[in-house]
Amino acid sequence: MTVTPLGIPRRMLEFTLDGEEARVPEGSTILDACRAAGKDVPTLCEGDTLRPKNACRVCVVEVEGARTLVPACSRKAEPGMEVRTDTERARHSRKIVLELLASSVDLSTTPKVAGWLKEYAAKPDRFGPDAARLNEEPKVDNDLYVRDYDKCILCYKCVDACGDQWQNSFAISVAGRGFDARIAVEHDAPLTDSACVYCGNCIEVCPTGALSFKSEFDMRAAGTWDESAQTETTTVCAYCGVGCNLTLHVQDNEIVKVTSPHDNPVTHGNLCIKGRFGYQHVQNRD
Amino acid sequence: MDLHFGDSKPTHEERAAVDALLGPPESSWEGADRSDADLRWARGGREARDRRDLLLPGLHAVNDRIGWISEGALDYLCRRLTVPPAEAYGVATFYAMFSLKPRPATVLHVCTDLACAAAGAPELCAGIEARLGLGSGVSVERSPCLGLCERAPAALAIKAGDPLRTAVSAPATVEEAVLAASSPGSAPEEPPAALAVPQAGQDGLMLLHRVGVVDPSSLDDYRAHGGYTALRRAFELGPAGVIREVTDSGLVGRGGAAFPTGRKWQATASQPDRPHYLVCNADESEPGTFKDRVLMEGDPYALVEAMTIAGYATGAHKGYLYLRGEYPRALHLLEHAIAQARARGLLGDDVLGQGYAFDIEIRRGAGAYICGEETALFNSIEGYRGEPRSKPPFPVEKGLFGKPTVENNVETLVNVLPILTMGAPAYAAIGTGRSTGPKLFCVSGSVERPGVYEVPFGATLGEVLTLAGVREGLRAVLLGGAAGGFVRADELDIPITFEGTREAGTTLGSGVVMAIDDSVPLPRLLLRIAEFFRDESCGQCVPCRVGTVRQEEALHRIVERTGADAAGDIALLREVGRAMRDASICGLGQTAWNAVESAIDRLGAYE
Ligand code: SF4
Ligand code: SF4
Ligand code: SF4
Ligand code: FES
Ligand code: FES
Repeated sequence: MTVTPLGIPRRMLEFTLDGEEARVPEGSTILDACRAAGKDVPTLCEGDTLRPKNACRVCVVEVEGARTLVPACSRKAEPGMEVRTDTERARHSRKIVLELLASSVDLSTTPKVAGWLKEYAAKPDRFGPDAARLNEEPKVDNDLYVRDYDKCILCYKCVDACGDQWQNSFAISVAGRGFDARIAVEHDAPLTDSACVYCGNCIEVCPTGALSFKSEFDMRAAGTWDESAQTETTTVCAYCGVGCNLTLHVQDNEIVKVTSPHDNPVTHGNLCIKGRFGYQHVQNRD
Repeated sequence: MDLHFGDSKPTHEERAAVDALLGPPESSWEGADRSDADLRWARGGREARDRRDLLLPGLHAVNDRIGWISEGALDYLCRRLTVPPAEAYGVATFYAMFSLKPRPATVLHVCTDLACAAAGAPELCAGIEARLGLGSGVSVERSPCLGLCERAPAALAIKAGDPLRTAVSAPATVEEAVLAASSPGSAPEEPPAALAVPQAGQDGLMLLHRVGVVDPSSLDDYRAHGGYTALRRAFELGPAGVIREVTDSGLVGRGGAAFPTGRKWQATASQPDRPHYLVCNADESEPGTFKDRVLMEGDPYALVEAMTIAGYATGAHKGYLYLRGEYPRALHLLEHAIAQARARGLLGDDVLGQGYAFDIEIRRGAGAYICGEETALFNSIEGYRGEPRSKPPFPVEKGLFGKPTVENNVETLVNVLPILTMGAPAYAAIGTGRSTGPKLFCVSGSVERPGVYEVPFGATLGEVLTLAGVREGLRAVLLGGAAGGFVRADELDIPITFEGTREAGTTLGSGVVMAIDDSVPLPRLLLRIAEFFRDESCGQCVPCRVGTVRQEEALHRIVERTGADAAGDIALLREVGRAMRDASICGLGQTAWNAVESAIDRLGAYE
């Protein structure tokens, strides 16, 4: 069971969303309002447990009077605002952003993106066969997780999760700039030489599968990864007294990865190395 | 914070460079040898973390002394400042002037940007590279605009060591550039800034009247030529009075955004949160722009005085002057001017005996055009990557260090002096209704007398070009720099005011007027502009990070094509450009397509 704290009551504010009156608590983002109204605005870099970085720009919407489009995920709703989520202008930008991304990185393990590419009629191929791609080799330098930056959309979520928003280990950051910007540890060293404590909180927030469990990476390579054959069981971590919630992903009676519920008010999806990776003892059946 | 440091050690030299900036370390917690006391208490932590903003100066210290930043040096700097090494690495790799790989102590930056390219930069580069091959001890780097466009082609040599040596060669020949690189200490001195002001000494100049007239290193000379009368008047008026004058003068920001200065000052002054900061944006990196350099080199005290007035009016006690890393002479002159002003009570605890405390600190940029964007500049000063922040919140509310901040560029600030000495009504009477006062233009390219020109707002483009002596065969004019737009040779009657350019569907931008004659291959020029934006994108948002690359690719494909052969790629450029303008986080991505679009639409490039 997950307990959701109610928090202090907030004032409601009114604005128009696609021509209809919308009422949301003060402090809500346009995206919150869209979701409450059942509108589907695509998002990639937005993360439910992190402050929005608004870097991907697929969630852009039109706000009356604004010179440019605004990111729904981070712009707070203001009283009297007139927001349109589905104009030709907003759709055009979303489509181009999806094309730019899909032409430069591998989105094959990004949930939902295939649907959006179709919905927006995005044609990533039209930039030609010579369009620059990331073309990164997966970094396999430890037994716990793999960094495959060919799939990275540079959403900064792993950096924020490893840094001051959750883990405070500051093992990774963005290095370089422009198209050459990459997530890296200092001097681009292997992860094992970094400050990483293998909490895996970065994997938890990565929206594209650029960061993944070594177990998942190996199974995908072997062609045995099959999400439809997996069951998920949420239980309590047995290592220490904190009692974090773990979700065990099990395929063929083997734990293949461990996540944690984001709506848990204590851990918000974060774990430590033991809860995240220390599951071998469960499977030790000798 | 759980910091982890590697075991690479700094060399003696690297340690000395960092310690010269930060002082010697006090305990093993920040990189000294371990003492008995260290076993009993831990210092560093919070105290050191407050000095994160010294990261950029620290990186400069090492890079200046050694020429590059090794793992050991970066680690030591991180220990001293309690900065996570991964973050410091991310910051160091953001700036073009730093190297994290070994390289020769001397770097020769050869400008290959718009004005220099037209003046023969490719041949110059090839010649220099032929002379300075491997093993010459010089690394030759192709550089974006060095802000010396009036003397194109330009080269800047930087030789690491203690002291750091620099030399400029412009207009550069292969011999001179090689000489500057091989012995920057004995290279011939640069011509005075006044040489960039063809009008120098003429009557009626308001912003440039002291350039070439005063000795830029003499405070007495500055005062003898009217210096510090504006600050005295400011103290008479009081902060609110100063803001009123500036508001009534109609002054708007000269950096490109054209926001009313008085309104910005008022908004900052009225914030209850303290402290307030003043930031002078002297990170002039728009290709084709060099007016701020000329002002700072020719009349440095004017900027010091203007910053003091702005600080006084907005309730700031500290002003940061963020100076382009490529401006060594401006740096020296301003350092000197600030020290003199401090010694004479014109900066410090009690400015002019009026009980107002104000001081200025110079921060050097390190080669990143994006740091001219105001919020990126704050991040850069604070020791983070120079990535723009999303707005709102706006700087007047949450700017530098999260505090109310007023940011103005050099030219804007210097305008405050005549406003106060002549009074708002007289100032507002100059120019047109919406664009008041004098304006500086950086005229370069195909003209007889390239340089900085001061004209009252309202002059036409043709008049400015006539002043500079436009050469035969003018094909187009690039207004506002790489982020601006082209106009045709038959559109020279456009009044160069904010409203006039807007009506003509173009922009004044930062005041660049670059004359392009028909000997310049337009597609190459456009490619260079695209390349510039691809290089300078911070990489934060997708439309700009990938869009600038896709645009450059498309321009490459059509560089020798026209008509139907180019049509498909032009359509692609338009679609991508529209999304970049609409969905990028900051002005860089939003304007990156402007110039190319205008060349297609107005000049018929690729037709
Ligand atoms: S596993 Fe944890 S410590 Fe390691 S990089 Fe990811 S978030 Fe940082
Ligand atoms: S690795 Fe994942 S979380 Fe990190 S920036 Fe890339 S896509 Fe985002
Ligand atoms: S528009 Fe370009 S420079 Fe600006 S934030 Fe986005 S990527 Fe960075
Ligand atoms: S989801 Fe809003 S910008 Fe990425
Ligand atoms: S100095 Fe070369 S273009 Fe400006």
